[in-house]
Amino acid sequence: MSTTDDTTGGTTGGTTGGTTGGTTGGTTTVATAADGTTAPPVRKDASPSRLRLAVLMAARRLAIAIPLLGVVSGLVFVLGAASPFDPVHQYYGTRIFTAAEADVARTRAELGLDDPVWQQYGHWLGGVFGGDWGTSRSFGQPVGEVIAERLPWTMLLAGTGLTLAVVIALSLGVWSAWRQGGWIDRFVVTLAHSLEGLPTFLLGLGAIAVFAVALPLLPAGGVSDASGEGGPLSTVQHLALPALVLAISQLPWLILTVRQQLLVGLGDDHVAAARARGLPERTIVLRHGLPTALLPFVTTVGTRLPELVTGVVLVEEVFSWPGVAGAMVKAGLNVDFPLLVALTLLATAAVLIGNLCADVAVLLIDPRVTADG
Amino acid sequence: MGGIWGGTSRFGAALGAMGLVVGLASCAEPTSTSNADGLVLADPYEDESLSPLMGFAEEGMSKIFDGLTTHDAQRRPRPALAAEAPKPSADGKTWTVRLRSGVRFHDGSTFGPEDVVATYKALLDPKAASPVASSYRMLADVRQKGTDSVEFRLEHPYAPFPHKLILGIVPSEAVTGGKAEAAPINSRPVGTGPYRFAEWRRGERLVLTANPAYWGGAPKIQRLTVLFVPDDNTRAQRMTRGDFDGTVLPPALAGTFAGRSGTTTYHHASADYRGVMLPQKNPVTADLAIRRALNMAVDRDGMIRALLSGRGKPAYGPVPQVLGEFAEPSATFRHDPAEAARVLDAAGWRAGAGGVRSKDGKAARFTLMYPAGDSVRKALANGFASDVGKVGIKVDLVGLGWDAIEPRMKDDALLMGGGTSLDPDLVAYGLLHSSQAEDGFNNPGSYKDPQVDAALDRGRRTLDASARADAYKAVQRRLMENPPWVFLVFLDHSYVTRGQWTGYQQVVDPHVHGVLSWGPWWNLEKWSRPA
Repeated sequence: MSTTDDTTGGTTGGTTGGTTGGTTGGTTTVATAADGTTAPPVRKDASPSRLRLAVLMAARRLAIAIPLLGVVSGLVFVLGAASPFDPVHQYYGTRIFTAAEADVARTRAELGLDDPVWQQYGHWLGGVFGGDWGTSRSFGQPVGEVIAERLPWTMLLAGTGLTLAVVIALSLGVWSAWRQGGWIDRFVVTLAHSLEGLPTFLLGLGAIAVFAVALPLLPAGGVSDASGEGGPLSTVQHLALPALVLAISQLPWLILTVRQQLLVGLGDDHVAAARARGLPERTIVLRHGLPTALLPFVTTVGTRLPELVTGVVLVEEVFSWPGVAGAMVKAGLNVDFPLLVALTLLATAAVLIGNLCADVAVLLIDPRVTADG
Repeated sequence: MGGIWGGTSRFGAALGAMGLVVGLASCAEPTSTSNADGLVLADPYEDESLSPLMGFAEEGMSKIFDGLTTHDAQRRPRPALAAEAPKPSADGKTWTVRLRSGVRFHDGSTFGPEDVVATYKALLDPKAASPVASSYRMLADVRQKGTDSVEFRLEHPYAPFPHKLILGIVPSEAVTGGKAEAAPINSRPVGTGPYRFAEWRRGERLVLTANPAYWGGAPKIQRLTVLFVPDDNTRAQRMTRGDFDGTVLPPALAGTFAGRSGTTTYHHASADYRGVMLPQKNPVTADLAIRRALNMAVDRDGMIRALLSGRGKPAYGPVPQVLGEFAEPSATFRHDPAEAARVLDAAGWRAGAGGVRSKDGKAARFTLMYPAGDSVRKALANGFASDVGKVGIKVDLVGLGWDAIEPRMKDDALLMGGGTSLDPDLVAYGLLHSSQAEDGFNNPGSYKDPQVDAALDRGRRTLDASARADAYKAVQRRLMENPPWVFLVFLDHSYVTRGQWTGYQQVVDPHVHGVLSWGPWWNLEKWSRPA
């Protein structure tokens, strides 16, 4: 964060300080900016109070998040109870075909499958408050264990995918805005729009067909070689295709946002001023245009997090990636309440925290933004 | 968020890193993963639990666990953790099993009668809610007898009981009480078998290592890796790439490996039937003439050729001809549509409008359900409908999930599958005995035939082997006169292996097959790579 702040500060602090401050400051800071030289000190003073605002915002969001998570967990139970799948069939598997009705009924009673939803939910809630998240039926192990085993793999995949998406979106977005109307721009925009309509699973299967089967360069699935040996290099190889597919699935919106915002930014007065001063185009785009374009970009990344969660679910499924998102599909199909609820809550929390991070980041960098109330 | 703020200044570095990833990746090439003492096999099916009490390896051959008995290549029960063949009392209701001594579990603890008692007690405990309990309804109680024996008391005489003693024995310490699904042994199995548990990454792999102290002799293959790859085409592609040393494939895909150097294709005959269950509560399928005509109208050999790449055997009842001692060679239907038409005419089913017969204003028409998503059953259902349409019986097909099928199967026909090669009682009693009518998925069509009932009872209560064989042959002959279903085929199971191995012994597979089950690797502990 400090890098960008310094960059912005450096520009504002220069000879054209007044102009830049006027543009970035928007309506709220116009008065200060009018004083010209006083603008930078005011901004420095503002930082601690903005930090306090951010903490307040986080606390407010947390206060909303806890009841929200409670409602989400209840909803999962209600929806699960309406599921067309009979959990006893999942429990028995193929053994259901030879099981006696009396035994099946007894099993239902023992497992509490016939209890009313509210009773099952109450039972689960009681366990959670006692620190017991229950046993996952589809994995045959405690929910905590399932998540501890699989969450790191999802974090690795989602983290790499998101980083790649952001890096690629920034590069392509900047490039195409810089050469607006050129063949690169036209190509990138067309590509982004085409990718938007392409389902992630299709992208994944296509990537496997091309890079794992037709040109056997990369493994088609899993996280390690068949032999089970191989260190970080093998993990990188296995990560490459799924992370790229995940990144590409998230790209279209991000590219278009960067491009659009940069085009707006490049039309700003301070950029015109920088051009007038004869600064090199490179400096103008990267130092004067990009910083203002980054703010809406951060917000876009934040609001796209639910898409990222969906993308991870599909990518993990296609690439047999042993993460929590793949486990969610299995838990859903097996009406595995304890795991399903825990994973839904985890996904909800991830989206809430991601949004909060994006908002806090924007709040801390952009003085025009006020914290929500 | 770090990536964003690294942004402008670190573009180059990030792009470089991407290039590195792609560069590293392109250095990778497909390599054969097998090494001298390890075997990598791929299975489409992954168990949710590795505990015998939750149904893992219900038909034996688990590699991790031993039962009191196991089976040889001819599917005869042989002592495993038992020291000798189980001894029945004269009335067949009490079985005494003397145990092998000097056996240790993988965790070093000694195997003894308390482990056997604890395992079977947990199975019978209603609180444990074991999904295999229904298969042991004949078992009343189990107790230790002396220092080295166990005594099983049964509800009724049950001749095939030694087949049921294949249940994997777990250490008594692993029986924690409470629900079987919550026991730690589900994910960290401890048994006495030739392979011990090393690692299980769910959805990806299970790794087992040889048990050097195995009572049957240390296995030569030191490490067994089972990869879980559900999709058939993916498994075939990865087999081609050399990702594994063997896998199970549908016959057509396995056929593409025929003649490819370095690979061997095995086709196993099986007792894995597919057939059309005909409910007695449906007025059309309850008609004996209809059921006989259906059996003569279907072209079983044609279905095997056209739908199964020739990999299957015709089925006329639940006992396959490959089980020589129990099979009745004369119990077959000839494909004879003309005779089928004559039977229908004689019974008053007259040809009517649209080629559909009818009798007393009732059209010869019924619904056949198949589990949606099972492509083999769907194809067989289509073949069946097409064949019987030619003699004037109209079949409406519908693909459904099991949850939707269950409440309808007492009224609508269903394409069912299953079966075991171990003992005829294990499959025939549940499907055909009147006492099992509409009990869960057992005998869903409520077939009732006093002669069949009597022969099935004789088969399970008589200890004499030849009398048992006669009983099951009588059942098969009676099924020709009063056919319960239209049994269609026994599927062949196909497997592809890579490399040279000794120890392979062909078997007739049950419905359940795979890597940690029946199939070419059923006796993996005897396999080795020739020097």
